Amino acid sequence: MGELIFIGLGLYDEKDISVKGLEAAKKADVVHSEFYTSDLAGSTLQDIEDMIGNEIKILKREEVESKALPLEEALAGKRVAFLTAGDPMAATTHVDLRLRAVEKGVPTTMIHSSSIFSAVPSLLGVQHYKFGRTVTLPYSQDDREYPVSPYKNIKENKERGLHTLVLLDINSEEKKYMSVNEGIEALILLEKRLGEDIVVEDTLFAGLARVGSSDPEVKAGYPKELMEHDFGTGLHCMVLFGELHFMEIDSLINLADAPKEIREG
Amino acid sequence: MGRKEKNVQKARKLMEKPKQIRNIGTAAHIDHGKTTLSDNLIAGAGMMSEELAGTQLMLDFDEQEQERGITIDSANVSMVHDYEGDEYLINLIDTPGHVDFGGDVTRAMRAVDGVIIVVCAVEGIMPQTETVIRQALKEKVKPILFINKVDRLIKELNLGPEEMQQRFHKIIRNVDELIRKNSPEEFKGEWRLDVEGGNIAFGSALKNWAISFPYMKKEGISFKDIYAHIEEGKGRELVKKAPLHEVLLNQVIRHMPDPITAQEYRIPHIWRGDPESEIGRTMINCSEDGPTAMMVTKILIDEHAGEIAVGRLFGGKVKDGMELHIDDQPKKNRAQQVSLSVGADRIPVDEIKAGNVVAIGGLRDAIAGSTVSSIDEVVPFEEMKHFSEPVVTKAVEAKNTADLPKLIEVLRSVAKADPSIDIKIDQETGEHLISGMGELHLEITEHRIQEEHGVPITSSEPIVVYRESVEHEGGTFVGISPNRHNRFFFDIEPLEDEIVKAIDQGDISVHGKIKNKNELAKDLRELGFDKDESKNFISFTEDNVLLNMTKGIQYLNETMELIEQGFEEVCEEGPLAREPCKGVKVKLVNAKLHEDTIHRGPAQVIPAVKNAIYGAMCQAERILLEPKQKVFIDIPSDLMGNVNVEIQQRRGDVIDMQQEGSDSQIVAKCPVAEMFGFSGDIRSATGGKALWSTEHAGFEKVPNSLISEVVREIRERKGLKPEPFGESHYAD
Ligand SMILES: Nc1nc2c(ncn2[C@@H]2O[C@H](COP(=O)(O)OP(=O)(O)OP(=O)(O)O)[C@@H](O)[C@H]2O)c(=O)[nH]1
Ligand SMILES: [Mg+2]
Repeated sequence: MGELIFIGLGLYDEKDISVKGLEAAKKADVVHSEFYTSDLAGSTLQDIEDMIGNEIKILKREEVESKALPLEEALAGKRVAFLTAGDPMAATTHVDLRLRAVEKGVPTTMIHSSSIFSAVPSLLGVQHYKFGRTVTLPYSQDDREYPVSPYKNIKENKERGLHTLVLLDINSEEKKYMSVNEGIEALILLEKRLGEDIVVEDTLFAGLARVGSSDPEVKAGYPKELMEHDFGTGLHCMVLFGELHFMEIDSLINLADAPKEIREG
Repeated sequence: MGRKEKNVQKARKLMEKPKQIRNIGTAAHIDHGKTTLSDNLIAGAGMMSEELAGTQLMLDFDEQEQERGITIDSANVSMVHDYEGDEYLINLIDTPGHVDFGGDVTRAMRAVDGVIIVVCAVEGIMPQTETVIRQALKEKVKPILFINKVDRLIKELNLGPEEMQQRFHKIIRNVDELIRKNSPEEFKGEWRLDVEGGNIAFGSALKNWAISFPYMKKEGISFKDIYAHIEEGKGRELVKKAPLHEVLLNQVIRHMPDPITAQEYRIPHIWRGDPESEIGRTMINCSEDGPTAMMVTKILIDEHAGEIAVGRLFGGKVKDGMELHIDDQPKKNRAQQVSLSVGADRIPVDEIKAGNVVAIGGLRDAIAGSTVSSIDEVVPFEEMKHFSEPVVTKAVEAKNTADLPKLIEVLRSVAKADPSIDIKIDQETGEHLISGMGELHLEITEHRIQEEHGVPITSSEPIVVYRESVEHEGGTFVGISPNRHNRFFFDIEPLEDEIVKAIDQGDISVHGKIKNKNELAKDLRELGFDKDESKNFISFTEDNVLLNMTKGIQYLNETMELIEQGFEEVCEEGPLAREPCKGVKVKLVNAKLHEDTIHRGPAQVIPAVKNAIYGAMCQAERILLEPKQKVFIDIPSDLMGNVNVEIQQRRGDVIDMQQEGSDSQIVAKCPVAEMFGFSGDIRSATGGKALWSTEHAGFEKVPNSLISEVVREIRERKGLKPEPFGESHYAD
């Protein structure tokens, strides 16, 4: 009987994998990976392969979701390592793969790694207890109506005094990541459509880029300011704030260059 | 100057006086004599030489029309007529009678305000007669009646004066009943046939005479006189006493509305814009001062001038060089060769004003149905929906591969000129598929591609277009998204027959964005739709409906557009053989969605929805529908047996049989699929003595014993594996 090992690659480059994960990946008969739910912006496939000393097969969405290739290999008796960016289950739908494995009697293991859900509060110095629902802003699709739920969920969080982590879409085929700039623009368009005063001139945002790297960019400020700010390359994300604890205010000013006036507000 | 030239000059002047204009059409069952009538009217009015009229059928100027003796394309022509001291301009559109070209009749009715319903005295009311009366009245086009081929009653059927009159009365009664039944509310009383009032004439289009009661009174001619004239072979004299064009054109002028009168009630009916707006007022008043507003009803292909847009100018004027907007098109087009039509000739004019039927070149982006205006973003005219859909398809290929680009261009142009033709590219084989209303329709289209456009092609045998549907209500079926984090629950059942019928006939409009949901909900309830369901419809695709029966599901709203897309894709390609669906009621009864938008995008939702609907259709038992035709056959009674054999061999059912003297009429219903080659077979089975015509009879279920065989055939042709998927395929 084979086995299926879910291994988190962490946030930024090939060095974010845990030692446990690295060893498991080295010993695996087959290594699969997918980069359509997230990406490891700081390294190439070659870098990761060199690190683990094993060849990696990158799977397309269909090969994971419909064909369940990692499970097929495990069923064929192989020890399969399935690598994903971040923590293996955090921002993905891979629990389905695990459930299917369990159903077929294939043993599964989980090797964690750092995740955007803890790294963002850490970098900003805000409290992870105070985050409400996470939302993702997708790229707009041809002439389809843009979804309103991200906006509505931000609103709901805010009403309960909670912060919102806003993840930004990636296009794995074109190797394109949505920027803070584009994210704010999408929210402003929703504001224009729905007009519930969620994104106004003095709404405090934080933008983050290259979380997990040695030179992450972190900047808190108002929409106009952030739109002009250069966050550089890599994966971006944002935070909108609910009620801020005084420690959080101090952190945002000192760690994220937030405008000092937020102290009075 | 000859008479024709003089009349052309008069026409130019009259174009500017709406009170002295009549826009009319002919409409009838095939071969009842519309074109013969039109030709003789033009000749009588001095717009062509009289010797040619009726023999050469100038209005059937197309080579195929002449060869086959039928009208294919509606043709427009103008003529001048004197009535009680005033001159009038009559713009006439002669329409085809063959069912395959019925779309042209529908479209022509948009351009005219009055119609001469022609009924052959020998054949009487035929199915197509009924259809065209409905088409006309639906457009608020006022009918008058001409009973034609009266000469044959005497010469061939040897009827006496009494019997002849009885026959007339029967025809008049039946036509009047059809008018009463189908008239718009406001004209229910007014638009009845009235023997004394003179909106009925009878005569012979071929022999060029006609008579009406008022005319008989005025000229002191009795019915007996007429009878005597024909019997004694004094036709020429009759033509002098009661010339066809005189009697009919008088009637047209007296009984048909001028464009000012007609547009006042027709514009609100065919245009949903604001009647108080500038363009609204311009059209309602048929005013030349104001924005140009024209509806294109036909695209003609002219050998020299290219595409000519023919249509009704409802408001403003058109001049050469004018820049005009076409609805839905980004760029303006420049009008060229604005002209008046006289048979095959188009006489250029400087300018045409509101209230006329016009022909314009240069409108490259226009198609039949386009709204053309001098101002931008005008509310378009109501769609002209033709009831029948294409039922026969052929795959065509260019004989020489080098011709492929040219073929693509030609097909585009063919589709533009004939909106009843549907052209698709088969995704699997890359072939071009031409779908049309019948075998003849495709034959003529092919001929035109080869001869007129000069692209040699090879084509497949004709193939019938099927529909897919369901037999009964099924259970709830769950569709799961590829990432397995979203589930959609659907119930399927057949859509109520009444509603399918109402949609197919255009009684309720469900196309495009539905503007007034409450009104549609009310209409649906009146047609027997469940009250709850009528409140919950999301969209229609042809005559299939998507309903959302769920309540308060989070994120469902922003997912609905994707669900609709899945539904539409299913409607275009059903589960059995990827044929379009028909009459399927699709109910979303529950949905479970992932929290994050990113995990419920198009790649997740669309396949899940399609699987759910396909699966639910399996549970509701998939059926295949095939197009049927009614076939009307006239034959000498002793050949009835031979005809019956032909019908039976074609899975046909005889639904009516009548005998009159030594002649019989058989009405049968046959699958279109079995009717290919009928023309030749019936000829040899009856020694050419059968006269026959057909009528579309909608879609009916393919017998259970044949379904799997037909499905396999279609699938193999499409390059699919021979067996359709079963229910389990859609479960994960
Ligand atoms: N005896 C006789 N024959 C007529 C008369 N009117 C038309 N016909 C003949 O009937 C046939 C059909 O006439 P058309 O004018 O082509 O009929 P149509 O209604 O235009 O036919 P489609 O356009 O194909 O529907 C021709 O052979 C005509 O000569 C008539 O008054 N008397
Ligand atoms: Mg004709």
